[in-house]
Amino acid sequence: MPRFKPRNRRPIAGPGGADDDAQLLERLRSGDEAAFSALVERHHDPMLRLARTFVQSQAVAEEIVQDTWVAVLHGIENFEGRSSLRTWLLAILVNRARSTGAREARTVPSADPTPAVDAARFNAGGGWSTPPEQWAEDVEARLSADTLAPVIREELERMPARQRAVVMLRDVDQLRSDEVCQVLGLSAVNERVLLHRGRGRLRQALEDAIGGC
Amino acid sequence: MLRRQELVCQQVVELVSDYLEDALSPRDRRRFERHLAICPHCTVYLAQMHETLRLTGRLVPEDLAPEVADEFTEIFRRWSAERNGPGDRPPP
Ligand SMILES: [Zn+2]
Repeated sequence: MPRFKPRNRRPIAGPGGADDDAQLLERLRSGDEAAFSALVERHHDPMLRLARTFVQSQAVAEEIVQDTWVAVLHGIENFEGRSSLRTWLLAILVNRARSTGAREARTVPSADPTPAVDAARFNAGGGWSTPPEQWAEDVEARLSADTLAPVIREELERMPARQRAVVMLRDVDQLRSDEVCQVLGLSAVNERVLLHRGRGRLRQALEDAIGGC
Repeated sequence: MLRRQELVCQQVVELVSDYLEDALSPRDRRRFERHLAICPHCTVYLAQMHETLRLTGRLVPEDLAPEVADEFTEIFRRWSAERNGPGDRPPP
């Protein structure tokens, strides 16, 4: 079951992971199997989740991740370190996913985006008629983290594929927004539109869960 | 130049991501912050969004199943053998 990581733990592939990645990469280049395992361990989950935004099947997603690592190993001398290893890996994965013919949901942001908050919650003047209520200082004090993690996971699953990919890369894996654009081949504006809608949905899902307790 | 109208709540919530991603123009950022300074509801909304991001950032990655890890070991050894040339290749 999905859980939350302890508060003080760094995101597994987040800031602070880059130096370790560089060291592991050096060791991998010299043929160190343990370094490869460590890299796979560290990046597997983000890669698999990203692959799942291209294909429905878990098995096919796993194949895409494996193909990606094969491509990474064979291209390891070509990695110049201009982007982070993580961005490079994920960009290769997206290329692999596209070249396997995976059908990507085309959720290109429209000019008239769905609002982040239901219009019914505002009055005619655009002010709140049903304002949000303050959540407890520490939400988990009232609701266990084990209750909220599935709320987020399930809402992510319900999102259109591209929106989910953007939110996962930016807010779960904590890539920078320019890295997200690079990996998914999105413009900065489109990335932010998708992110905005996705975050709006997550907040709403949490509000529904927290408000009902 | 005429000063544009102040933002209303419904506009503010749609600018929250651009605000958090530091993508607002300096002028829009000032309008956004002026509204927050006088609107407790939008202040709560922004706090909820911060909490949403904090919780989302703490999702635990799924652990790698041992059998999956074995497949990766296999991938590595095949690559390693090819790289080291025919001499080190394992028997077919
Ligand atoms: Zn307001």
